[in-house]
Amino acid sequence: MTDFHYKLDDDGIAIITWDCPDKSMNIMSETGFAELNGHIDTVLGDDAIKGAIITSGKDSFAAGMDLTVLAEWKEKGGDTPARALMDGVMQGHEVMRKIERAGMDPKTNKGGKPIVAALPGTGLGIGLEIPLACHRIFVADNPKAKIGLPEIMVGIFPGGGGTTRLVRKLGVMNASSFLLEGKTVAPAKAKAAGLIDEVVPADELISSAKAWIESATDADLVKPWDAKGYKMPGGTPYHPAGFMTFVGATAMVHGKTQGAFPAAKAMLAAVYEGALVPFDQAIRIEARWFTNILLNPSSSAMINSLFINKGALEKGAVRPKGIPDQSVKKVGVLGAGMMGAGIALVSALAGIEVVLIDQSQEAADKGKAYSEAHADKGIARKKSTPEKKEKLLSLITATTDLEALKGCDLIVEAVFEDVGVKAEMTKKVEAIVGEDCIFATNTSTLPISELAKASARPEQFIGIHFFSPVDKMLLVEIIKGKETGDRAVAKSLDFVRQIRKTPIVVNDERFFYANRCIIPYGAEANRMVAEGVEPALIENAAKQLGFPLGPLQLGDETSIDLAEKIMRATKAALGNAYPASNGDDVVQKLFDMGRLGRKTKSGFYDYDEKGKRTGLWKGLGDHFPVSEDQPSLTDVQHRLAMAQVLEAVRALEEGVLEDIREGDVGAILGWGFMPWSGGPFSWLDILGSQKAVEICEDLAARYGDRFEPPALLKEMAKNGESFYGRFGADAKAA
Amino acid sequence: MTHDAYIYDTARSPRGKGKKDGSLHEVSAVRLSAEVLNELQSRTGFDSKDVDDLIWGNVSQVGEQGGCLARSAVLYSDLDESVAGVSVNRFCASGLEAVNMAAGQVMGGMGNAYIAGGVESMSRVPMGSDGGAIAVDPTLAMKAYFVPQGISSDIIATKYGFTRDMCDEYAVESQKRAAQAQKEGRFDKSVFGITDQNGLEILGHDEMVRGETNMQTLGSLNPSFKAQGEVMPGFDAIALLKYPELEKINHVHHAGNSSGIADGAAAILIGNKEFGERNGLKPRARIKATAKIGTDPTIMLTGPVPVTERILERTGMNIGDIDLFEVNEAFASVVLRFQHYFNVDHSKLNVNGGAIAMGHPLGATGAVILGTLLDEMERSDKETGLATLCIGSGMGAATILERV
Repeated sequence: MTDFHYKLDDDGIAIITWDCPDKSMNIMSETGFAELNGHIDTVLGDDAIKGAIITSGKDSFAAGMDLTVLAEWKEKGGDTPARALMDGVMQGHEVMRKIERAGMDPKTNKGGKPIVAALPGTGLGIGLEIPLACHRIFVADNPKAKIGLPEIMVGIFPGGGGTTRLVRKLGVMNASSFLLEGKTVAPAKAKAAGLIDEVVPADELISSAKAWIESATDADLVKPWDAKGYKMPGGTPYHPAGFMTFVGATAMVHGKTQGAFPAAKAMLAAVYEGALVPFDQAIRIEARWFTNILLNPSSSAMINSLFINKGALEKGAVRPKGIPDQSVKKVGVLGAGMMGAGIALVSALAGIEVVLIDQSQEAADKGKAYSEAHADKGIARKKSTPEKKEKLLSLITATTDLEALKGCDLIVEAVFEDVGVKAEMTKKVEAIVGEDCIFATNTSTLPISELAKASARPEQFIGIHFFSPVDKMLLVEIIKGKETGDRAVAKSLDFVRQIRKTPIVVNDERFFYANRCIIPYGAEANRMVAEGVEPALIENAAKQLGFPLGPLQLGDETSIDLAEKIMRATKAALGNAYPASNGDDVVQKLFDMGRLGRKTKSGFYDYDEKGKRTGLWKGLGDHFPVSEDQPSLTDVQHRLAMAQVLEAVRALEEGVLEDIREGDVGAILGWGFMPWSGGPFSWLDILGSQKAVEICEDLAARYGDRFEPPALLKEMAKNGESFYGRFGADAKAA
Repeated sequence: MTHDAYIYDTARSPRGKGKKDGSLHEVSAVRLSAEVLNELQSRTGFDSKDVDDLIWGNVSQVGEQGGCLARSAVLYSDLDESVAGVSVNRFCASGLEAVNMAAGQVMGGMGNAYIAGGVESMSRVPMGSDGGAIAVDPTLAMKAYFVPQGISSDIIATKYGFTRDMCDEYAVESQKRAAQAQKEGRFDKSVFGITDQNGLEILGHDEMVRGETNMQTLGSLNPSFKAQGEVMPGFDAIALLKYPELEKINHVHHAGNSSGIADGAAAILIGNKEFGERNGLKPRARIKATAKIGTDPTIMLTGPVPVTERILERTGMNIGDIDLFEVNEAFASVVLRFQHYFNVDHSKLNVNGGAIAMGHPLGATGAVILGTLLDEMERSDKETGLATLCIGSGMGAATILERV
């Protein structure tokens, strides 16, 4: 297995081609680095060689580092994982620094050989960090190419010199959106931003690189930071302008991340400390912080959930075996309301033919207009073209005529949340579509098995729960009814893959998985309001945990009447078993007052005429007075988090969840559960099951039985087990 | 064996506006220091060979204020070269800290006499010129939840419910009192005119006082820290991380209810009994106790409360035992917090106005307000006084004086 291929052309220029076998995109491994190192040695050691081009045998350059290598280094380190990680990272740096210095005399900066990066397409992570060490970066004008350093998105930061080199190249201000937001851009924008040097037609990639090598002078090879008198663009921390930038960057990162994301902190520390020392020390500092972040359990959890496990789920980790491809060709969407319109849009965007049905032509057209508005916005932002818009709209047929559903291989029903209405539609539509058609219902609250009773083919009946707004939310929850068959599951998963979202597959119990966990989040907050906890403390406690919205704001967004409806329905369903809560009084009060949330411009918050939140509603205190004695921040946070996490554990215990990876990935993508934690199960593993049980027992004693740790968690605490230890990637739930 | 530390005399420059158009902008920090030292020496006539050290408070110790400004000031002045010189930085309380250190040295028997005080030429060496890691080193800034002082003053106002009107009312009163005190010559005991090398006066009085200030004039001023709190770079978010019970920060402070940026210097002669006797000087007051404390760096400026509790506990006194208070008017909310916490009558507190009216030359202010306190104790014939200041990065300092 060879990742890097070496060839010396007749003109004396070496071509080093990165081409990982059996992979659609290159990723960097430990052996990859060793091979690259060997080829660089060859180039630098042979006087007959003029220079080298590092390119790729694929239509992209590289997707990044193989993150499992980092985990392996850590493993290998045994008792001293820090040493093993630091050594591993520094080995990579030595190769890149060798490329960068290319045999130059350290004093005169003369005598180096030009080494050029020639990217046929996408270069991300280490796939940009290696080019940044080269003397010139050429990128083909490949429309699909993305250039950037997205590491921060998975809980680490560019630790292959990208942080240090980009800051030295662009200055903190200009590097910040790439480093802190992980922004990736097309080649032309990358060039404008100074990330890369040249964008050339794909077929001139190598010839352009060669021409540059032929004409490169000694001075062309010297990086600004290796030249005498280098000054960092925008200034270093104690330079007057730099001071303001560093104050601002630190404050912004601190405020925006709510202090909850260690990687952003570590990266900024590397930037600051690195800015005050020469390049080689800066690289070592970057490596120390990178090692530090790799050792942070939060980072490992984020890598696992947001990279490895998310990827696995998208690639069909839980797809039933032995079922042939079920890609959807024509989908019927029943109901052109907000959900239906969104489902039609994402389907058409994936190139699937859509029949969008509603009771009136006007309603159906309105649903289609959502796609039109989306396309127009894309055109205005130069992300789409009139041609693409036309193609998109041509895929959607908006009609009242159910006969148009003929030939659909998937139906997604998104009509009013009422068992009777849904049953009627199921029967009508099943009579029209072919026998093979899979019928999916988009419901967030109604039991699938109950709805399946209306179906003549219950094994082909399934739940597909989209989140709102459909085109923005990344998760889709697939719910198996009691009789749902494997083909329906495979079909749903293939559909979700087509529309490029992340699926989880769960079993049919009240509120499935996501809503089952979110509802207690709001309910716990409502209880606190009733108890007299300062509402701002509740909201801020949640935000500091990394939730995108405080629970009261979430209540306003999802609407108070929905909360009231769920409350009423749950009461009816559970009867005497319903756990009475003073939090219900809060919902009831707002509901009775007609403060239904954002849609009525009043709820837990006040809003101005345009619907902008102006602040928490002060009147809430008249009905639920704020008490003198306020709980600690940690107390509030534990209540808000455990209310959700224990539901996740119960969902696992009851078999609603079959795979903890789905529980973790689903929680982060579905409702923004504390991303830094890697998800509820990862968080419990970070805490340790014993500590978790301790926290819950303490909460149960003070706040009620709902915090009583489930038997599974107690058993794990007793045995000293972790969730990923017990239910890891391959293991299924008990 | 401990000794009593006495204040023999004080002298201070007038406070000049700390901008390029301020009267003292043309006077260097070293010369301003030397002028005050010479004044103190000439009005008391002590033999400077009896003085061990000049302990000189100063915040931005770079440029002309760098390189151990205290030693430079000694050499620039008429003091004997045997007076050593050490610069100290406890931010806004540097001048008081210098006094407290000197008192401690005397009490501990390390020499007979010290000169203490401080200087700040904010017009010539702007605040922040000396850098500092706490704002820019991400590890530290995030661990300490760093926000600038203005944000901290607004956190105090928000947390303790001080409205814009309350802060403005306080500021109007400070201006009124300062103007009245100036009119009555209450500062004349300490203040002397700064002259040029030919004896021509450059500045003879605190030049920033605006006695005509009223609620209307202040009402037109925009809040100073709203933009940096709410927009760029958004310090309020950090404040809320530390104070999650607050929904948002009310930005009530502005140029009119915050201390003014100023140039100035002040010196205090401190010695034991023996020093006074040898130099024929009568002590004006005894330094009864000193204290300092570290507090939460984010709200930063609440130190006067806990440091006062500490100094009272140390001396076995109650708040009611103090006849007069000087609480540095860094921001209106700082004084309001002190006043409300201890329930101190405003008639005992900052009776001649403060930094909101006259300005706050950082390194000097501690010694300035201690001199003002002593002058007022004598004028109104009070026995005991307390001076305290809030301090950057979350600290507090206090001194109790007792007349002898």
